[in-house]
Amino acid sequence: MHEWALAEAIISSVSQIAEKEGLKEVREVKIKVGELQQVEVEILEFALSELKMDKLKNAKFFIEAVRAELKCRVCEHKWSFSRNRLDKESAEAIHFVPETVHAYIKCPRCGSPDFEILQGRGVWLESVKGVK
Amino acid sequence: MIDPRKSIINKRLGRVKHIIAVSSGKGGVGKSLVASTLALILANKKFKVGLFDADFTSPSTHLILGVKNAKPREEKGVIPAHVHGLKYVSIVAYSRENALPLRGADVSNALMELFATIIWGELDFLIVDMPPGISDALLDVIRLVKGINFLIVTTPSPLAFETVKKLLELLAELKVPVVGVVENMKIRESNFIPQNVRDAGFRFLGELPFDPKVEDSLGNVDTLLKTDFAIKLAKIALEIFL
Ligand SMILES: Nc1ncnc2c1ncn2[C@@H]1O[C@H](COP(=O)(O)OP(=O)(O)OP(=O)(O)O)[C@@H](O)[C@H]1O
Ligand SMILES: [Mg+2]
Ligand SMILES: [Zn+2]
Repeated sequence: MHEWALAEAIISSVSQIAEKEGLKEVREVKIKVGELQQVEVEILEFALSELKMDKLKNAKFFIEAVRAELKCRVCEHKWSFSRNRLDKESAEAIHFVPETVHAYIKCPRCGSPDFEILQGRGVWLESVKGVK
Repeated sequence: MIDPRKSIINKRLGRVKHIIAVSSGKGGVGKSLVASTLALILANKKFKVGLFDADFTSPSTHLILGVKNAKPREEKGVIPAHVHGLKYVSIVAYSRENALPLRGADVSNALMELFATIIWGELDFLIVDMPPGISDALLDVIRLVKGINFLIVTTPSPLAFETVKKLLELLAELKVPVVGVVENMKIRESNFIPQNVRDAGFRFLGELPFDPKVEDSLGNVDTLLKTDFAIKLAKIALEIFL
């Protein structure tokens, strides 16, 4: 249910943007969701639809999943994250705090935990559109 | 691209009256011990208290408190565990027995994630155990958490105070409120720290003895609270917060 907490953050952030840009109504919000965090898109969508109000009442939310790409800082190997190799508890930990991936995953080539999350970590707002 | 998490943090902390980061320029001076014991003392005085272990790479409050399985619950956010009358969150619940090698940017991200998702609810005090030094975590809590206060720990050593002085100067420059400085692990009479703290324009909160009983009481809060260290800290806490 981490999705609800993130949905609240999205709503609050979009409201702030609408305020700052003087939008009367928000029409379209584009969101990117990184696969590392394993956000359940349906729950996120549902939470957003429950939480939206005022200027966001008629907003449509578009959610795009982004593959999580990791890159080893030691040997420069790149690979994508897949939760299949993890047990339930580790996958859940990464869901709550994606950085704990460094406790559970190592570079498949050299075994180092010193890797970078190139993309696909968590939730980002890509754009907010509306009418002034 | 906008990170939506930042905008919710101050709402999450909106019903917390006092947020106190226990910090120092130096490592190993007793920050975690002071933070954990202070949280217990305030909770015993019937305050609503939260303790957040923000030292992600070397968390230790769970060992001081003797916490084995303090997993937060999830319910439209992260609901802190209840331990010894405290609302408690440590990243150990997620990293478990594993090492968690994080770079600075990862620390920032994890801090932001937790501040954005933990539902602390109503608290009189949220005590934050900080990692040592002028680190990313320090700059992040200053940047992200409106109304944060600092309680600084030093030892009697000029080596510790040298780094503490720099931290105090930084906090003053950034206009971050500082509750004051405690001198921990005092082993003999000396006016060096109190004098220097006052000369720098900060409040000297008092001294905490080096207490050999502390080591044996780690993990047992009842005996910990009976040590001379804790009794002295309780006096200081009541002077500051009552
Ligand atoms: N007043 C004291 N008397 C006896 N032992 C103490 C006292 N204060 C701290 N210690 C011990 O010193 C060690 C370091 O304390 P602690 O872990 O709280 O320091 P810290 O500043 O949080 O360290 P770090 O910078 O690594 O986070 C611990 O073993 C602790 O039990
Ligand atoms: Mg510590
Ligand atoms: Zn590698």
